[in-house]
Amino acid sequence: MHDIIQQLEQKRAAARLGGGQRRIDAQHKRGKLSARERIEVLLDPGSFEEWDMFVEHRCSDFGMADTSTPGDGVVTGYGTVNGRVVFVFSQDFTVFGGSLSEAHAEKICKIMDHAIKVGAPVIGLNDSGGARIQEGVASLAGYANVFQRNVMASGVIPQISVIMGPCAGGAVYSPAMTDFIFMVKDTSYMFVTGPEVVKTVTHEEVTAEELGGAITHSTKSGVADRAFENDIEALLMLRRFVNYLPANNREKPPFRPTPDPADRQDFSLDTLIPDNPNKPYDMKELILKVVDDVDFFEVQPENAKNIITGFARMDGWPVGIVANQPMVLAGCLDIKSSIKAARFVRFCDAFNIPIITFVDVPGFMPGTAQEYGGIIKHGAKLLYAYAECTVPKVTVITRKAYGGAYDVMSSKHLRGDVNFAWPTAEIAVMGPKGAVEIIFRQDIGDAAKIAERTEEYRRKFANPFIAGHRGFIDDVIMPHGTRKRICRSLAMLREKQLENPWRKHGNIPL
Amino acid sequence: MFKKILIANRGEIACRVIKTARKMGIKTVAVYSEADKDALHVEMADEAVFIGPPPTAQSYLVMERIVQACKDTGAEAVHPGYGFLSERPAFCEMLEKEGIVFIGPKVRAIDAMGDKITSKKLAKEAGVSTVPGHTDIIRDTAHALEIAREIGYPVMLKASAGGGGKGMRVAWNDAECADGFERATNEARSSFGDDRVFVEKYIEEPRHIEIQVLGDSHGNILYLGERECSLQRRHQKVIEEAPSPFLDEKTRRAMGEQAVALARAVDYQSAGTVEFIVDAKRNFYFLEMNTRLQVEHPVTEYITGLDLVEQMIRVAAGEPLAFKQDDVKLKGWAIEARVYAEDPFRNFLPSIGRLVKYMPPQETEVVRVDTGVYEGGEVSMYYDPMIAKLITYGATRDRAIAHMRDALNEFFIRGVQHNISFLAALMVHTRFMTGRISTNMIAEEYPHGFHAADVPHDDPALLIAVAAFLHRSYMDRAAKISGQMLGHERKVKNDWVVLMGGQSHPVHIELVEGGYDVVYMGENYQVRSDWQFGQPLFKGTLNGTDICIQVERRGMHYRLFHWGSQADVMVMSPRVAELQALMPEKAPPDLSKFLLSPMPGLLTKLAVQVGQEVKAGEELAVIEAMKMENVLRADQDAKVVKILATTGESLAVDQAIIEFE
Repeated sequence: MHDIIQQLEQKRAAARLGGGQRRIDAQHKRGKLSARERIEVLLDPGSFEEWDMFVEHRCSDFGMADTSTPGDGVVTGYGTVNGRVVFVFSQDFTVFGGSLSEAHAEKICKIMDHAIKVGAPVIGLNDSGGARIQEGVASLAGYANVFQRNVMASGVIPQISVIMGPCAGGAVYSPAMTDFIFMVKDTSYMFVTGPEVVKTVTHEEVTAEELGGAITHSTKSGVADRAFENDIEALLMLRRFVNYLPANNREKPPFRPTPDPADRQDFSLDTLIPDNPNKPYDMKELILKVVDDVDFFEVQPENAKNIITGFARMDGWPVGIVANQPMVLAGCLDIKSSIKAARFVRFCDAFNIPIITFVDVPGFMPGTAQEYGGIIKHGAKLLYAYAECTVPKVTVITRKAYGGAYDVMSSKHLRGDVNFAWPTAEIAVMGPKGAVEIIFRQDIGDAAKIAERTEEYRRKFANPFIAGHRGFIDDVIMPHGTRKRICRSLAMLREKQLENPWRKHGNIPL
Repeated sequence: MFKKILIANRGEIACRVIKTARKMGIKTVAVYSEADKDALHVEMADEAVFIGPPPTAQSYLVMERIVQACKDTGAEAVHPGYGFLSERPAFCEMLEKEGIVFIGPKVRAIDAMGDKITSKKLAKEAGVSTVPGHTDIIRDTAHALEIAREIGYPVMLKASAGGGGKGMRVAWNDAECADGFERATNEARSSFGDDRVFVEKYIEEPRHIEIQVLGDSHGNILYLGERECSLQRRHQKVIEEAPSPFLDEKTRRAMGEQAVALARAVDYQSAGTVEFIVDAKRNFYFLEMNTRLQVEHPVTEYITGLDLVEQMIRVAAGEPLAFKQDDVKLKGWAIEARVYAEDPFRNFLPSIGRLVKYMPPQETEVVRVDTGVYEGGEVSMYYDPMIAKLITYGATRDRAIAHMRDALNEFFIRGVQHNISFLAALMVHTRFMTGRISTNMIAEEYPHGFHAADVPHDDPALLIAVAAFLHRSYMDRAAKISGQMLGHERKVKNDWVVLMGGQSHPVHIELVEGGYDVVYMGENYQVRSDWQFGQPLFKGTLNGTDICIQVERRGMHYRLFHWGSQADVMVMSPRVAELQALMPEKAPPDLSKFLLSPMPGLLTKLAVQVGQEVKAGEELAVIEAMKMENVLRADQDAKVVKILATTGESLAVDQAIIEFE
C-alpha cells in the first residue's frame, strides 16, 4: 500500500510539473501563468478537483511514443467560484505547446458532457499552438468533437473562453461558439490564418498583434468581449463576471444581497437630458446611477460604442442592460451595434436574465457603407432578438425614439412588459425637421413657414404623450424615480411566464 | 428696512446674499441668463427674472435689464455681489434715478477708487503709505541712479509699455541699477518699440494683505481686521485667511487706521476693502481699494462674528452701525480655499461640463461652504470657473488648517476637473504651514506645474487598512451569492495582501462588530465604518479617530483619495499576489508622442497631414467644445506619423488625435 501511495504522489508531482520547470519559467518570462496557476487564480482556494491527470496521448508516429506527459497538455476538472460550481479546462502551453491531441480533446469533452449533465458553466482557458500535427486527422476529430459539444451546450449552460496565448486556425472556432470571449493584451491572439499566410495570399504586412491581438478583437472585429491587462486581471474579472450568470438555462440568475435601497432616488438625473436635442450626454451616467452599488460590468465596451451592453444588478438580481449611447454616432443603430446588441439580448433570453433597455435612438445609420454591408439583415437581428425574447423586458425611453429604431428597441409592440418614458421623450417617425420637410414639401422655400410647421410638429409629436394615448407607453416617469420604477417592475415580473410556439428553431437572419 | 431686494449676480455670491436676505425676512429676486435657468440661485430666490442670452455682455452686464427687473418685481434695492455691475458708477446713477437703492458705496467713492491715479493721490493726501517710486520717465543712467538712491534699494526698473515680466530689472545697488537701466531700455525698445522706463521700489517677498472696512451713512467708519490673500496663482487668489500669520498688532492697527482714513476721504458707506502690498520687513504700501464685497469676505465674517452682507443691507437702508471700533474683536482663525473647475495636473486648464457628482462637505460650526451649483448642474463656459468656496474656522491657525484638510477629504466632485488635490497639497506645504507665504510662493514651489507625486501620503498604513476593509467587504458580500454548492460554500480567508505603490503589504483582516480589524506590520488597525458598496466617501474611524477617504472601485483597483494624495490599490489573496509578481510591468504608453484631446469635444479641423513636419506653436487641430473653438498647437518640432481621429469625430478627454515620430 505504502508503495502505491508513494507512486501516486510521484505521478501527481510529475503531472503537476507539466512540460517541466524550464518551460514553466519560459511561460512566466512571457508574462503568462502556467495552466495550473491560472486555475488557482480563477477558482476558490482549494476547490479544484482535477480529473484525468494521468491521461496520456496514444500517438506513436514521429517519435511521439517516447515523449509523453501525463495530462497531455490540458488540465481539466471542476471547482467553485464563490461557492458555485464551474467546470474548467486550462490548456498547458508547456506540454507540446498546448497542442490538441485526441486525448486532450477527450478530456475537454468529458468535462463538457458533465457540465451539461449537471447544469454548470464551462470555462475554457485557451493557450494552444493548435492541432497536434503528429496525430493528423485524430486531432481534427478532437476539435470537431469539442465543436459539437459547444453547440449542444449553447443556450443550456454558459460557456466562457479566455484566450491567454495563441489560438489559431480551426482552434478559434471553439471559443467562437462560446458565449463570451475574454482576451489578454499582448500575450494572446486569435486568427483563422496567421500573418505569414496573409502575406503570401493578400500581400498584406501585418503583425500577429495587429491581426488578431486583444485590442484588435475588442475594438475592431467584435470577436472579443473584453481585453484585460494580464492573466491575473482577466481571471479575477472573470470571477466577478460569473456572479451575474445562472448555472444553466433552467435556473434563475443568482441573487446577491445589496444594501442599495430599491427606492433610492437620484435627482441629478432630472437634468441629464440637455435642452438642445442635438447635444449628447453620457448614457453610462444613467446606468451607473440606476443600478445597484454603481456596479456595471460592461460587455464589448470598446466595440460599437454607440450601443452599451452589460450586466448589473437591480435589487440584488442580475439584469442585462442595453442602451443607446448618444455620445457616439448620436446613438444610432448600425451594423456593428445591431449585431453586438442582438447577441447580448439572445444570451440574456437564453439564461433567464431580465433585460432593461434605455432608449435614445435617432434611427438607423444611413449610407452606402451600411446598405452594402447589409444593415437590413443585421438590423433585423436585433429586431428578431427582442421579438423572440421571453424574459422580463423593461424599457425606458429617455429622449429620441424615432422610426423603425423605436420599434426595435424593446418597444411595447415587441412584447415589452413595462415601457416607461421620461418627460423628455420624443416618440415619432422622425425628428421634427425631417418630418416637416416631407409633410410640407410645398413650403420648403419659405423658411418662416417651415419654422412654424416645425414648431407645430414639435409641440404635437416630440413628446411621450401620443404614444401614451395609445398605451404604447405604460407611464411617463420622472427621471429621479427611474431606479424605483424599474426595481418594482422587475419584482412584479419575477415569475413571468411566456412561451413561444414549438418549433425546431427559428430562422434568425444570419 | 427693505421688503424686497434684487441680486444682480449669479453663482455662489447670489446664493450667499439670498441666504442673508432670507434670514432678515427680506424677499429676494434673482436674475438669470439662458445658461442659468436651472441654476441654484434661481431656485433659491423668491422670484426670478430672465435677462437674456448666456454671454454676460448680453445679460448680467445690461444695466437696463436689471433696472427693468427691479421695476417689474418691485424690488427696492439691488445687491450687486462682486464683479459684474458692482463697481459701475453709471449703474448706481441709473438706479438712483429710478429711486432704487444700490447696496454698496456712493457713486463718488466708486468713481474715485476706480481710477488708479486719483486713488493714489487721495491715498497720499489721506496719509496712506504708497509704493515709493517715480512715475516720471528716466532720462539717462545718472537720472536712474539719482531716483534709485532717493527711493532706496532694492528698486525695480520697469518698462512703461511693459508686461509679462519683459523689460523688468531688479537692482540692489548703483552698479546693478546702471546696468539694469540700459538692459531694461534695450529690452523695452526691442519688445515694445517703446524705450521709456521708470523706477519704483522693489518689494521683497511681497504679501497681499487687505483691510476690510465698513462705513455707514452717519459718518461711522470701522476696520474689521485684515485678510491675507498672498497665495495666488497667476494673480488668481487660491487661499485666503484671516487674520494674517504675518502681521503684528502694531502693523495691523496702523494699516487699519490708514484704511479708515482713506475710506473717510471718500465718505465711504458700505463694506469695502483696502488692498496693501507688504514686504518682508512689514512695510506696507497701498495698492487699491475695492468698493464692493470681496470674494473672500467669509474669513472676516468667521473671525468677527459679523454678517457683512447684512451690514451692507442695513447701511444701505440708512441704519447706523450698531457697534464701535472697540467692539470689533478678532477671534480665532479662518481659512478659505477656492474650489475651481480646472485641472491642476494639466497646467490648471479650465474645465467645464456637467457635475455628474457633487458632494460638498457637511456644513458645521467650523465648516462653511458657499456654493452656487448642485449635483447634475453645469459648470458653464460663460462664467467664472469657481465651483465653491470652502471656509473653515478654528481657535488657532493649526485647527483651521486641520478642519480644512478634513473638509477637503469630504469634497467629492466628478464630471469636471477640480483643484481639490492642489488645495490639499497647499494645506500641508511647509511654507504654508509655517506662514512663510508670498504672492510668488506657488510659482516658486511649483515651477514645473503640479504633479500627483507632489503629495505623498504621510500615513500609508491608513490607506492600506481602508483598502483591506473595502476588499474584504466585497469578498464577504460575494460569498453571500445564491446557488452555492451545499456544504461547500465559499469561506473567505483572513490573510490578504495589499498592493500599493509597487509594494506588497501583507495584512490579516478579521471581521468584527461594526467593521474589520486589520493587522499590518504587527500593528492592529481597528477600522469601523457603515460604508456601503458604491458610496464615494468612506467615513468611519481608524483606531477611534474619524477618517474620511474618497474611494472609487475601478476594475481591479480601488482608487483612494485622502489629504490630497491619490493611490491606486489592489488587494489579493497571498497566493494570487505571489503570482501577480510574475506579471510584466507594462510601461504606460509614451504620451509625449501623441497629441491628446485636452477636453471632450468635436474635432472640427485637422490642420496637418501624415508625413508633415510641424514647428512648435503650429496649429494642429481645432476642437469645438461648448461652442468654443480650441486650437491645439504643437509643443515642439515634430513629424506627424499617424492621424488617429477623423474630422467630425466626438473626442473624449485624453483621446489621441495625432501620433508624432
